[in-house]
Amino acid sequence: MASVTTPREVTQPVARPSRLGAIVSKIIIYLILGSWAIIVIFPMLWSVMTAFKTDQEIFFSPWALPAVPQWDNFVRAWTTARIGEFLVNTLLIIIPSLFFTLLLSAMASYVLARFEFRGRSIITYTFLVGMIFPLFLALVPLYFVMQKLHLLDTFPGLILVYIAFSLPFTIFFLTNFFRTLPKELGEAATIDGANQYDIFFRVYLPLTKPGLVTMGIFNFLGQWNQYILPNTLMITNESGNTHYVLSQGLYYLQAKQFYQSDWSGLFAAVAIVMVPTLLIYLIFSNQIEQGMTAGAIKG
Amino acid sequence: MNRGKNGLIVSFLALPVALYTLFVLVPYGAAMVLGFTRWSGLSANIRFNGINNFIKLYNDDYFWNALSHNGIALVVLPPVVLGTALFFAFLFTQGIRFSRFFQITFFFPQVLSVVVVAVLWGFIYHPTVGVLNAVIDIFGIQQLTNFPWLGNPKTVFGSVLAVVIWQSIGFYMVLFIAGMQSIPSDYYEAARIDGATSWTLFWRVTVPLLWDTIRTALIFLAIAAMDLFAIVLVMTNGTGGPSRAADVVPTYLFSTAFSDGQFGYATAMGLVLLLLVLVLSVVSLRFTAREAIEY
Repeated sequence: MASVTTPREVTQPVARPSRLGAIVSKIIIYLILGSWAIIVIFPMLWSVMTAFKTDQEIFFSPWALPAVPQWDNFVRAWTTARIGEFLVNTLLIIIPSLFFTLLLSAMASYVLARFEFRGRSIITYTFLVGMIFPLFLALVPLYFVMQKLHLLDTFPGLILVYIAFSLPFTIFFLTNFFRTLPKELGEAATIDGANQYDIFFRVYLPLTKPGLVTMGIFNFLGQWNQYILPNTLMITNESGNTHYVLSQGLYYLQAKQFYQSDWSGLFAAVAIVMVPTLLIYLIFSNQIEQGMTAGAIKG
Repeated sequence: MNRGKNGLIVSFLALPVALYTLFVLVPYGAAMVLGFTRWSGLSANIRFNGINNFIKLYNDDYFWNALSHNGIALVVLPPVVLGTALFFAFLFTQGIRFSRFFQITFFFPQVLSVVVVAVLWGFIYHPTVGVLNAVIDIFGIQQLTNFPWLGNPKTVFGSVLAVVIWQSIGFYMVLFIAGMQSIPSDYYEAARIDGATSWTLFWRVTVPLLWDTIRTALIFLAIAAMDLFAIVLVMTNGTGGPSRAADVVPTYLFSTAFSDGQFGYATAMGLVLLLLVLVLSVVSLRFTAREAIEY
């Protein structure tokens, strides 16, 4: 996958009246970019550093490095504050939901892209509606649909809702992808005696891999960061909250600060959630940027 | 070649369509009806009341208060975020060393969840623990010692918007950089031979050729300005801020439904929000329509 973001340095050089002017403008550019980089990185670095401090140090010396790194903060965040448990919940929801989002979307997109049949355009347009309407409008009725089906506060319930809300954009994206694949491939396979299902699973699905990767990243980030849906549908009472996902857990911890102060534990909890996300981004930065901007560029 | 075609179509579409209908279409459809009812959650008590919810909304000061904050976001976010992102993207075309380092850094906040970002900035704005006041102390501004950024009605919404800006600039910048790469270099060379400066190149070549991406970005930001649910909820601990000074329509909707149990009224709010988003999208598309430039 080629990098989308390396700029073409040769294409737009500065129109330079003089060498000195060019140097000055270069310095200004680096100053601007450097300042913004500091504004972005500093809050994160500061909070990770603070996660290693004692509560005393946090209150009285916000600038100083921790005298002794308090690894215990992380242990408390993981166990007492139950970040570990919330992480497991999140993964138990996201892994199946991501798998079925991609599988079901690929199946629907393949059919919508390759076959003429009655109702095709109605189905295609109906899926588009889900991309335009704001989530808030659905929230109240969705809550009662889930209540009727006894799916409130259950893992399968949230998984099904995640899949349903991820389908429209994923189908839209993959349908365009399937349209670019040549029809002849399927015809050749039919002559070799393959049935329709073989053609999809053996011939077309492997060819969609780049599209599936892009949509996989897009949906992973969307579902991993999702807060509104679990906040509405996973509403265990405060003492139980055994089904919380990470985003709910963090908010719950923060709200708890008002009557039960454990600042160092809270900072550690944020670091535990933040640092792995950033590391994953560093490794897959190109694919992640492509996945996340896919919506805007295609749309 | 299409032997077994119908079986495949039905079996491949059945599950996605069923899930989508049950969890997306039914709720949206129900919302269209619920918005015109008075309903507290028990099915026995559902009662149609025509447009009364909307009349009540019109007279609801809390609703206008919340909507005004979305309005401020709508005025502030697009110019600030798009302007800065476009400017940064342009700087990267000026032959920068370490450009990949800067781009990755700028994109960082975008991969973090809104809740993480909100909790993180909750630390930074904190009156005693927060690093913002520690920075201000260095400059010796006495009036601002232990200033509660999120606890003061005058500063709370501005503080929240600053975080939204901090988080989104990198995303739009990457979007614009990707768009700029499809602009053929001949355009720049030709313009430079004609003696154009960087400034003219930016306004006369880059902006017009990026116009479609800019329009899309504008709609994204307009929709984001009408939302702001998670960031406001977490940064104000679900209160909408002191004197509701940072309340937005989605947070007000949520508390009207799930704290006050006025589900019909809350859904009416959702319908108004939908209408506003649709109108905004259409208006910004119309307003920014230009002859497409083929290249």
